[in-house]
Amino acid sequence: MNTMSQSKPLHLHVPEPSGRPGRETDFSYLHTSPAGAVRRPPVDSTPADTSDLAYGLVRVLDDDGRAVGPWAMPIDKEILRKGLRAMLKTRAYDARMLIAQRQKKISFYMQCLGEEAIATAHALALEEGDMCFPTYRQQGLLLSRDDIPMVDMICQLMSNERDPLKGRQLPVMYSYKRAGFFTISGNLATQFIQAVGWAMASAIKNDTKIASAWIGDGATAEADFHTALTFAHVYRAPVILNVVNNQWAISTFQAIAGGEATTFAARGVGCGIASLRVDGNDFLAVYAASRWAAERARSNLGPTLIEWVTYRGGPHSTSDDPSRYRPADDWSHFPLGDPVTRLKQHLVSIGAWSDEEHVATQKEFETEVGAALKEAERFGSLAEGRMADAASMFEDVYKEMPEHLRRQREQMLREKS
Amino acid sequence: MNVRDKEQQVATAGTTTRRMTMIQALRSAMDIMLERDPNVVIFGQDVGYFGGVFRCTEGLQAKYGKSRVFDAPISEGGIVGTAIGMAAYGLRPVVEVQFADYFYPASDQIVSEAARMRYRSAGDFTSPLTIRMPCGGGIYGGQTHSQSPEALFTHVCGLRTVMPSNPYDAKGLLISCIENDDPVIFLEPKRIYNGPFDGYPDRPLVPWSAHPMGEVPEGYYTVPLESAKVFRPGKDLTVITYGTMVYVSEAAAREAGVDAEIIDLRSLWPMDLPTVVESVKKTGRCVVVHEATRTSGFGAELVSLVQENCFYHLEAPIERVAGWDTPYPHAQEWAYFPGPARVAAAMKRAMEN
Repeated sequence: MNTMSQSKPLHLHVPEPSGRPGRETDFSYLHTSPAGAVRRPPVDSTPADTSDLAYGLVRVLDDDGRAVGPWAMPIDKEILRKGLRAMLKTRAYDARMLIAQRQKKISFYMQCLGEEAIATAHALALEEGDMCFPTYRQQGLLLSRDDIPMVDMICQLMSNERDPLKGRQLPVMYSYKRAGFFTISGNLATQFIQAVGWAMASAIKNDTKIASAWIGDGATAEADFHTALTFAHVYRAPVILNVVNNQWAISTFQAIAGGEATTFAARGVGCGIASLRVDGNDFLAVYAASRWAAERARSNLGPTLIEWVTYRGGPHSTSDDPSRYRPADDWSHFPLGDPVTRLKQHLVSIGAWSDEEHVATQKEFETEVGAALKEAERFGSLAEGRMADAASMFEDVYKEMPEHLRRQREQMLREKS
Repeated sequence: MNVRDKEQQVATAGTTTRRMTMIQALRSAMDIMLERDPNVVIFGQDVGYFGGVFRCTEGLQAKYGKSRVFDAPISEGGIVGTAIGMAAYGLRPVVEVQFADYFYPASDQIVSEAARMRYRSAGDFTSPLTIRMPCGGGIYGGQTHSQSPEALFTHVCGLRTVMPSNPYDAKGLLISCIENDDPVIFLEPKRIYNGPFDGYPDRPLVPWSAHPMGEVPEGYYTVPLESAKVFRPGKDLTVITYGTMVYVSEAAAREAGVDAEIIDLRSLWPMDLPTVVESVKKTGRCVVVHEATRTSGFGAELVSLVQENCFYHLEAPIERVAGWDTPYPHAQEWAYFPGPARVAAAMKRAMEN
């Protein structure tokens, strides 16, 4: 029998970030690898064969903006230019919408500052007809396309007469089936398992489309995340399981979601899913890893989980003040840098971009976003009460409006007048 | 003698019918829909190779293949969550939650997702799925195999909640639900899977094969949603009920010597209010009966609707008979179950005033 006297009292471990307001973050917890250091296995590798990749960090761009190592794939310069433009467009859109919220033109906004490479590069790696199940920080999926009018998106933000969602959803909860962009819930993690179901349906119908599921580090703690991994593995669903680890879930550090001393990519390997941990601020790495995963899915080789390591450069939303829980200048010390700066450096170094073009493109998008906002304002706003009429709230609850909703709608109209 | 409604007479006229249990009728509905619509898929725990713990999907995997009928992990949230994704793709999933008592892990997917998909996306995405779940007690299932959670669904806007009480309705309603473009909760009173149950557990079971409502067309037909059925016409009072309690109420009326008009709601919500209102206005008395717990049960909504719509026709306070507000006990099942004696007592109270 053990002697009790040798046992120390138990104590509860509650993870803490190394940095707090007034105390600089020690980013060594990220365990980064040098660019080019991580191997690129064949797409038909077994999930277990990706174990090392779930703990390493796939990076292509080195500190000098050169594309190095096995993940540096030949990419058409036009795709890279398109990617940089999509990132700049996304950043300009976010910046202007943030101001619009401050001006009380929209009630609420969520930017993706610092994370632009992930959604934009991923979007360019997918095919038409594929379906993304995004969170509220993947506006880059839409803004990297040419077929979604920015005015439409801003009308959603303004909940005005032209809001395609008729004022039913908070700003940024877009829905664009025709662009492969699933309706955003707001309840976290629910879309992750739905994406697996969509992918299963594609397989059931012998289709060629794949699904792409999105979740943040914080919401991986929800049951839907783990369920999604199980179902994706069991049915070998053609789905990419994206975990955007931006280090923060509102004020909660990723260690509270279970990221301490392990990785979110490692969850995938444990479930029998090929898994990669990738530098999410490296456009070339995001593109290459997305293509690898998409090829796996489209070849009936099953799901891939990708942890994108990045940093939430801005507040969680316009209702949040991150300087209360993390160093105010934290992002400027983040070792993986700014995705826009890094791709720009690369494109300039290969002669496919210039400082002048950069400034001109920034101006172009500022003008485009400004004009789109102005155009959207023509259709009113929530603030000025020009929105979908109140009676429309009874529509779309069911396909056909049942009698009780007709009665309630009549009552609302009667008692208001 | 039970009265079969007109639609059943119409549907069975000139078609081949067969005596079926409710299990066989449900299986027939799924068989027909798998055959008619290539977008119908069926999955859930044990439903594939084995055919379900209640045998409702027996033989369907062998007939339609593993990609149309398959087993799922023990994860109700995953079953409903994947079904929502499949429905968004364009399929019509019919999933089984093995017991209604197990649906709780899927609540977020049902309430926040399936029920609001059409609304939140303004019709961009929809959730045409059917979630089957056996419900109710009377099988010594204890508190985890006996619950009747219908009120948790009728409270959710965007859902349809349906509960059949016999094989004919079970098949016709399930086909309607699968064809419907809204998400449907399809509750199956498992105590009457094999025969009607009047609330006397010690009496021999009457099988559906010996009951006229067990006569079911072999082919395709539908029973409309939002349509209640006058199960038994009467003039003394109106019983509003559904599922197993239809037969318990019938037995209770006989024992109380009351000429009760028994209305089987079939669709709980959205419901057929005109049939209820017409009946209560005629009889002037009303007893609401369900197996689920009493407080905030669906009966509370029914009582309220009757009061709002029939107040000046009422001769007596509306009576409500329900399960006690306790978890469903195992050993004390028959003291818990709202059997004929309790329903009869309520009928007598309603007649005294």
